[in-house]
Amino acid sequence: MKELSLNILDITENSVKAGATLTEINVSETENDLILTITDNGHGMTSEILDSVTNPFTTTRTTRKVGMGLPLLKLAAEQTGGEVVITSKHESEFPESHGTVVKAVFHKNHIDFTPLGDVISTITTLIQGHPDTDFLFIHSKCGNQVALDTRELRETLEGIPLNTYEVIKWIEEYLHEQYSEILK
Amino acid sequence: MKSLAELQAIKEKMKDKVVLREGTNATRVVVGMATCGIAAGARPVLSTFVEEVNALGLVDTVTVSQTGCIGLCQYEPIVEIFEAGKEKVTYVKVDADKAKRIANEHLKGGKVVVEYTIGANQ
Repeated sequence: MKELSLNILDITENSVKAGATLTEINVSETENDLILTITDNGHGMTSEILDSVTNPFTTTRTTRKVGMGLPLLKLAAEQTGGEVVITSKHESEFPESHGTVVKAVFHKNHIDFTPLGDVISTITTLIQGHPDTDFLFIHSKCGNQVALDTRELRETLEGIPLNTYEVIKWIEEYLHEQYSEILK
Repeated sequence: MKSLAELQAIKEKMKDKVVLREGTNATRVVVGMATCGIAAGARPVLSTFVEEVNALGLVDTVTVSQTGCIGLCQYEPIVEIFEAGKEKVTYVKVDADKAKRIANEHLKGGKVVVEYTIGANQ
């Protein structure tokens, strides 16, 4: 993937497909590291699936036998000297608290670090495609943060779909403004 | 700074329109957004369709949506267009410029851009 924001889009699609009603995308940056954590309340994975999930020959898709989403994220993290850790609770064992957490650590100063790229476009694409599920996005850097919670927007919009063109544009501009004023 | 009050205003403006829109969208533009599609450049293709459908005033008749892997990863980004009473049209290796042309000529003008279809690229 050319940008980390594309990996974020791809991995978050898995959360939605796993039936998550809320997915949190957290990007936390320090001077040297970028830590990406995607936390969902979807069905979760059994330990057998979890053990094999970064193997490209494991996939949930039915059109092909190869799944590259998590292997590509793992590659992007490991080539900077970082790592990916996935934990999951399957609904069969954890009916009240199921879901998956994908955490990826990147060392930003490594020459093979892939830039974050257009994360705003990733967020608006997710909302455009999945207007009925909620996303919480937080990007923090050295004590400052940009945040968007679709639950708040949904409450204000009272039934107007989140993927209405005007709403998507508002979200895009809102995030652009926050980035230019908070995370300069 | 943008505020939720602005969103409130959008809601008031959209309230009546949305009721009208429900069920009237006869044409569907579907963009493949699995790993293969995203890696090949589907994200800007999707946003171009969203922008163009709005700019061309087609919001009431065309919906833009996303799907998973279509099974032809080597042809991604793939865009399928479904129109009532017509055969599905599959566009392959689409980029933002091609998306713009497809929106103008096919969605607005009703004429399939044959050179971008899978039939012309096999």
